[in-house]
Amino acid sequence: MTPTPTSLIDRRRFLTGLGALAGTTLLWPVPARAMTQAEARALIDIVMQDVRRIINSGRSASQMFGDFEQLFQRHGDIPVIARSVLGPPARSASPAQMSAFTEAFRGYMARKYGRQFRRFIGATVQVTGARQIQRHWEVISTINMRGEAPFEVRWHVSDRSGRHLFFNLIIEGVNLLAAERQEIGTMLERRGGNLDRMIADLRQAG
Amino acid sequence: MLWRPGIVLLVAFGLLAACNPRPQGTVVHDPYETVNRAWFERNLALDSAIGSDRSDDEAEPAAPGGNVLQQRVRHFGSNLSHPGYVVNNVLQLRPDRAMHNFFRFAINSTIGIGGLFDPAASVGLIARPTDFGETMHRWGANEGAYVVLPVIGPSTERDAAGMVVNIFLDPLRYVLPGRERVGATGARLAGRIADRQAFGDIIDANVMRSEDPYAQARLLFLQARRHHLGMDSEDDFIDPYADFPD
Repeated sequence: MTPTPTSLIDRRRFLTGLGALAGTTLLWPVPARAMTQAEARALIDIVMQDVRRIINSGRSASQMFGDFEQLFQRHGDIPVIARSVLGPPARSASPAQMSAFTEAFRGYMARKYGRQFRRFIGATVQVTGARQIQRHWEVISTINMRGEAPFEVRWHVSDRSGRHLFFNLIIEGVNLLAAERQEIGTMLERRGGNLDRMIADLRQAG
Repeated sequence: MLWRPGIVLLVAFGLLAACNPRPQGTVVHDPYETVNRAWFERNLALDSAIGSDRSDDEAEPAAPGGNVLQQRVRHFGSNLSHPGYVVNNVLQLRPDRAMHNFFRFAINSTIGIGGLFDPAASVGLIARPTDFGETMHRWGANEGAYVVLPVIGPSTERDAAGMVVNIFLDPLRYVLPGRERVGATGARLAGRIADRQAFGDIIDANVMRSEDPYAQARLLFLQARRHHLGMDSEDDFIDPYADFPD
């Protein structure tokens, strides 16, 4: 007995449905349980305690920048941050270029933002709040120096890469991803779009 | 009578600022870029002439707030700005902040020895500066175009207009006799310069190291200013995971 047209369509529909299901699963590699506010705050608690420990360690600036690089590597979603600041050129970059850029950007970010944290020697830190933005968390932390207005750093946190990591920080309103998109974009533009030259210069920048 | 020039200017500049709205979706509105860049360069030259040194990494970082002398100059100058803050807070319909700044002024002018010290901050009344640009923002004025002012530096059309009105809104202008008024203005100016030396150095160092300091300074100023005005909106949220869904 040959299959009737109906059963053919059914099988096709079934396969299409299966494909769609598989596609959805690939698009949403989110763990079954979404990240909670407590988990987001816990991550930034650790990060801020590390920041405080580094700036009060009494080590030299270059040692501190190394410590910040480790901190960003451990708790930051550096590959995602690097891809995002590079923008469209990331799509045409080779895997080797992407990994070179990611590594150069990590060091650059540690020097530039480590320098901003470094001036708060003696400060106390605390996590003061968190709110959900879209599918991510924004955790608000403050750095308190005696007699001065508290300095606010907001961290954007996600588990989209499979672990709890921060992917952006906002220092008194200044957005790292926005600032670095502009900066990296200008660097690339001024080198005629030559990614390798830009990466080489980024290693010295910050 | 004394208020008339202020009100005329307020209306004039308010209209000016309203005439040049920031286009939707554009983060930076900079139609005067050529002129702005020229003033940016000149201000940098002036900055290095008055000796705001850029800190060296291996040197001990300057404590936020600056050294003791800078702190006294900053606090004294800032204290004299407080009556103006209170007037602006009232115009902003923010009685809580008006009281906050009023008590700061009262405490620091007396216990703080004429504003040389800042004991108010130790009891939780931290500095909460404001200006007429913020008042106009509260009234619904757009920020207008980005401008770089001679000596003063980055601002917006609305805030630049606000600075002029601010002069007329300052109660000290009407209570102090001529010479003291000039002295008060000078003290505030000195306070502002000390403020910049104390807090500007790290940000400035990062801006100056950037590929295009003008563009970085513009972005950082606008973001920080909007943050101060409480304009942080979810529209500014960047989701890097959405950029690259693969």
